[in-house]
Amino acid sequence: MTTVLAVLEQRDGALRKISHEVVTGARRLADALGSASVEAVVCAAGPVGNAAGVGSFGADKIVTLTNASFGKYAPEGYAQAIAERAKNGGYRAVVFPASATGKDLAPRVAAKLGVAVAADITDVAVDGGAIVVTRPVYAGKALLKAKVAAQPAVLSLRPNVFTPVERPKAGTAETVAVNVPPGRVVVREIKAAPAGTLDVAEAQIIISGGRGLKEPANFKVIEELAKAFGGRAAVGASRAVVDAGWRAHADQVGQTGKTVSPTLYIAVGISGAIQHLAGMRTSKVIVAINKDKDAPIFKVADYGVVGDLFEIVPKLTDEIRKLHG
Amino acid sequence: MMKIAVCIKRVPDSETRVKIAADGKSLDEAGVKFALNPYDEFAVEEGLRRKEKAGTGEVAVIALGPAAAQETIRTALAMGADRGVLLQADRIPVDGFETAQLLAAELKDGGWDLILFGKMAIDDYNHQVGPLVAELLGLPCVTAVAHLEIEGTRGVAEREVEGGIEVVEFPLPAVLTADKGLNEPRYPALKGIMAAKKKPLEVKPVQPGAGAIEVLALTLPPERKEGKIVGEGAGAVAELVRLLREEAKVL
Ligand SMILES: Cc1cc2nc3c(=O)[nH]c(=O)nc-3n(C[C@H](O)[C@H](O)[C@H](O)COP(=O)(O)OP(=O)(O)OC[C@H]3O[C@@H](n4cnc5c(N)ncnc54)[C@H](O)[C@@H]3O)c2cc1C
Ligand SMILES: Nc1ncnc2c1ncn2[C@@H]1O[C@H](COP(=O)(O)O)[C@@H](O)[C@H]1O
Repeated sequence: MTTVLAVLEQRDGALRKISHEVVTGARRLADALGSASVEAVVCAAGPVGNAAGVGSFGADKIVTLTNASFGKYAPEGYAQAIAERAKNGGYRAVVFPASATGKDLAPRVAAKLGVAVAADITDVAVDGGAIVVTRPVYAGKALLKAKVAAQPAVLSLRPNVFTPVERPKAGTAETVAVNVPPGRVVVREIKAAPAGTLDVAEAQIIISGGRGLKEPANFKVIEELAKAFGGRAAVGASRAVVDAGWRAHADQVGQTGKTVSPTLYIAVGISGAIQHLAGMRTSKVIVAINKDKDAPIFKVADYGVVGDLFEIVPKLTDEIRKLHG
Repeated sequence: MMKIAVCIKRVPDSETRVKIAADGKSLDEAGVKFALNPYDEFAVEEGLRRKEKAGTGEVAVIALGPAAAQETIRTALAMGADRGVLLQADRIPVDGFETAQLLAAELKDGGWDLILFGKMAIDDYNHQVGPLVAELLGLPCVTAVAHLEIEGTRGVAEREVEGGIEVVEFPLPAVLTADKGLNEPRYPALKGIMAAKKKPLEVKPVQPGAGAIEVLALTLPPERKEGKIVGEGAGAVAELVRLLREEAKVL
């Protein structure tokens, strides 16, 4: 039986939501391969809350690989445990999220399997039995379609692209204790961002501000608008304001920042330089607010409002509050 | 004493307007300006700073690419690297594992304290060659390093993860990949540019394997549907919200 291995992600013993996207992508591939099954695997120190829930997104089986050192991300231990399972299981493909951790883990596992990663893919299909992936290259300015002949194929899925789809399957759960030597590379801690801040890479709605904000304190108008969406929106930034020290690099969207694909991206006081567009052009709906009607951001925006952001944004915040009020 | 290798890639400049070549599978390079991959600038800079801090040592830069990648190497030499190696091939493999194998073969037995990479190349967005090489060489590896402290043979790195910063400890020798924020890369000064011309640059021909990733097509992304200007000023906001609700259905 052909099986696709989906590598899930947990933090502090809870499954991260991106895991649903990985199972959804793996399911899509399994169906395209023709009645293949999906086995989901997660590394953890103990039971993972709601792991079995991935059955509803199409996992036939969910395996928790446990080791005392797996509480936090253990790069070497995770890689060894997953690579060993992948080697012994004869999987057709191993699917990772292209999250911060997945980007680190996938190549480690791939190297142990002697193959490359088809990284950050936005689509997967099967053509004449071969796995065919699509991935954005040149900062999203082109799409590369490639056949992956590696056995197994190691893929990582761009976040926010494989929208979770309910596909109820058995989702039988199993726990396997694994032995790995102590890692040389050890994650000491995760210094968490202030409570309530949503990461741009994971947000469904992003309000980004640029140099048009004039000074760092003015980002308050952006934060207020984000808040009006009731915890669903994150604040992003252009490189200009990150380099100026107004915002953290974690908030930067673009070629040297994060690549995002939210449902709604609102660019405020951002000109729309090609390197910024690289990070957000696959957003589902783009709104631009800019006083310069010729700003390149309007070329990719679905909806534009020309004018002074200091008048427009507070008004928009009021309207959104009314909707959510 | 710090012996440091930095792997650098020649990539189309970030401003490049992409045109597809006649084969329908590659970039039309006519008129394209090439540059040192921006993330590799952070890696080169970090190498130079670590060597400067140690007082003695060496920073060697290694690129796999066409003859023209000598220019990319000269850029790194002008920043201050000591010597360069070009693994010369007609083309850079699409399959990251092929690239990693060739780089690993060159790096093996080099006695490096640090081997530095960029976190990703801005052309292929592969973000894998660094950790692949680390695995092939059996070295500890930390990717996407945005902050770095090294004390003797112990290092502490910080990397961005969703919703926070991961603090990672590792022993040297190690492989690290550089993220933006690690440092501010220096611009090559005129003196450096002149000096770079005299620095050693060794060219070694290599034959990359075909790899397991076969390009079927390179296409331009679908154009975004022509957008509309809803209006001007605060007066347009009500209509914007209506469109977002009723037409785009995102509110
Ligand atoms: C290798 C490389 C990598 C890069 N990576 C990135 C990246 O990852 N992300 C990124 O964003 N950039 C990146 N850049 C930088 C990019 O080229 C631009 O310089 C940057 O995006 C500009 O930021 P901005 O739009 O905030 O500023 P500006 O270009 O200065 O635009 C400010 C905008 O605000 C508008 N404005 C001013 N006042 C008001 C007002 N009161 N109301 C409404 N609008 C107003 C102006 O009309 C203007 O359009 C990179 C550049 C290079 C070379
Ligand atoms: N052809 C190459 N020559 C030298 N270094 C490379 C090459 N390709 C990739 N690298 C290194 O690997 C990093 C990650 O590249 P990639 O995995 O292609 O995104 C780059 O930032 C470089 O440091």
